[in-house]
Amino acid sequence: MKSFVAERGVVAPMDRANVDTDLIIPKQFLKSIRRSGFGPHLFDDLRYLDEGQPGQDCSKRPVNPDFPLNQPRYQGASILLARENFGCGSSREHAPWALEDHGFRCIIAPSFADIFYNNCFKNGILPIVLDEHVVDTLFRELYANEGYELTVDLEEQQVTTPNGDIYSFEVDEFRRHCLLKGLDDIGLTLEDADAIRAYELGSRERSPWLFDVIR
Amino acid sequence: MSGQTLYDKLWQSHLVRQRDDGSALIYIDRHLIHEVTSPQAFEGLRMAGRKPWRLDANLAVPDHNVPTERVERSGGVAAIADPVSRLQVQTLDDNCRDFDIVEFEINDVRQGIVHVVGPEQGATLPGMTVVCGDSHTSTHGALGALAHGIGTSEVEHVLATQCLIQQKMKNMLVRIDGRLQPGVLAKDVVLAVIGEIGTAGGSGYAIEFGGEVVRNMSMEGRMTMCNMSIEAGARMGMVAVDDTTLEYVKGRPYAPRGAMWERAEQAWRELRSDDHAHFDRVVVLRGEDIKPQVTWGTSPEMVLPIDGCLPDPANIENATERAAVERALHYMGLQAGMPITAIRPDRVFIGSCTNSRIEDLRAAAAVVRGKRVAASLKQALVVPGSGQVKKQAEAEGLDKVFIEAGMEWREPGCSMCLAMNADKLGQGEHCASTSNRNFEGRQGFGGRTHLVSPAMAAAAAIAGHFVDVRDW
Repeated sequence: MKSFVAERGVVAPMDRANVDTDLIIPKQFLKSIRRSGFGPHLFDDLRYLDEGQPGQDCSKRPVNPDFPLNQPRYQGASILLARENFGCGSSREHAPWALEDHGFRCIIAPSFADIFYNNCFKNGILPIVLDEHVVDTLFRELYANEGYELTVDLEEQQVTTPNGDIYSFEVDEFRRHCLLKGLDDIGLTLEDADAIRAYELGSRERSPWLFDVIR
Repeated sequence: MSGQTLYDKLWQSHLVRQRDDGSALIYIDRHLIHEVTSPQAFEGLRMAGRKPWRLDANLAVPDHNVPTERVERSGGVAAIADPVSRLQVQTLDDNCRDFDIVEFEINDVRQGIVHVVGPEQGATLPGMTVVCGDSHTSTHGALGALAHGIGTSEVEHVLATQCLIQQKMKNMLVRIDGRLQPGVLAKDVVLAVIGEIGTAGGSGYAIEFGGEVVRNMSMEGRMTMCNMSIEAGARMGMVAVDDTTLEYVKGRPYAPRGAMWERAEQAWRELRSDDHAHFDRVVVLRGEDIKPQVTWGTSPEMVLPIDGCLPDPANIENATERAAVERALHYMGLQAGMPITAIRPDRVFIGSCTNSRIEDLRAAAAVVRGKRVAASLKQALVVPGSGQVKKQAEAEGLDKVFIEAGMEWREPGCSMCLAMNADKLGQGEHCASTSNRNFEGRQGFGGRTHLVSPAMAAAAAIAGHFVDVRDW
């Protein structure tokens, strides 16, 4: 997994609450058996005026000029500023894959849906929770300043604005550690293989009906 | 000292190791697999040279992409017309064969929507931890299990280690007291709960559903409620084990038998919250107050009772909320203030992991029996949740009731709930749907979903607009 230490980048707005993962990446693209290539279809229904199909060349499609990601000022954005409950709904990891593939490394919102939040960390994306009034302030500054950039530092757990305001954020220690180092958490879990085997022995003793039934 | 909640007990009994950094290693008893969220996980295993930790913990079934038209379906995987869907279902078959995982293939009578199949086969049982790369895995919590959806990286993690790294959630009790009015179903109850706490209300919580209404509810009703916990923001919903649970589980193909059953039953009887257990939040609804519900917007929290009228953005102070209502009204092509009963569906969909079990089909059939769907309706689809449900429904003659009413009787699968197969809405079409999500584009590009119970969907199909099924 890609590590995340710090990121300074252009910020793009996703100014609506309850953005669901169907909106982030519509279902027809979930038929892919690959992990990459979802970026051109990120927010497909909002970004284009036609209905997207898997495998098509998106450069020839009619784009929605009102959608921020299509506007010149937000090109190359690596930080997404969003509203509450971002990433709700389906557990599809294709959502963070699409965000990452498009170039987003960090999402800032007042709250995230639980499964999406977890999926971000597995893909080198840092989801940051900031107070609603702070997010409001950031939206105001973003709209007022073309080329608005933020600096995000995971080691310090801080977001810094262009005029020097600093906002601290919380992130739990294990996820922070894995993201800073870009660790493969399967490898980490397998270091506990003996503990897992010991648990299994006990479980087989207590609840034998859980074993050897489906085969 | 306060006691433990059901969630606390399930968590505690699956704790492999508590780490110093606050995370915990939790053991997973059952891993359900479908074709959409697993190919990249199997590929990850291959690339890392890893093997599944424990084969008998896994069960796979294709459901999202499978065609529901009999002709296309009868030819098996090779006959799936959409080549991208075909490859995905074929890939599941290939991966299960390569890794030696049990799969109910496309035309196996046990095939169906993964969340219908699990409980039906006894593959998911009380006291288990159950995960699947699908957010509606919360369904299995109805059995008194700790069940939740995961992403594909975690699918790979479970395959490789039989564990997940988790943080403990907070506890929420949603208690429904009293009794339900006739015609009000589990779907109405859970939609009313979502209307009450909002689509993010359960974020960070594990929800336990309790109270007299839930105690008197069938297992299938409880599954409908737990299924939609995720629409209230909670990854997991659950119900304590009681006689209803045990009667449901007994005799299922993968359930324990004989002396093993006696032992299991004894253990499962403990699966309820202690009398003085602490909940971080308690939400109480009165069963008598709940009316049939219909969603009007693009989030499940945008829901009203059947006698309600659509909100007017002009009366909403909060700017983000007002913008959301304006956007939803625009997307749905509806006017502020109009009554719910004035909404006219173009299509009706009865199915999905929320409402495709035998009781759902019985409830819908009871409403349409001897009647015809409205002339204005383009299509009414009835899609059973599994091959077993289909068989049972046909044995009861329900298929004929639907067909005589002018509805289509299909093969089992996820179908129009998320439109990954050929069953989808056209742009601008309204659908009375028994599924779980009314997000923009969910049932087809530009499609407009109204979430309702099976009885309400059936009544709308006949009347041509939403009606109060209590007056039926």
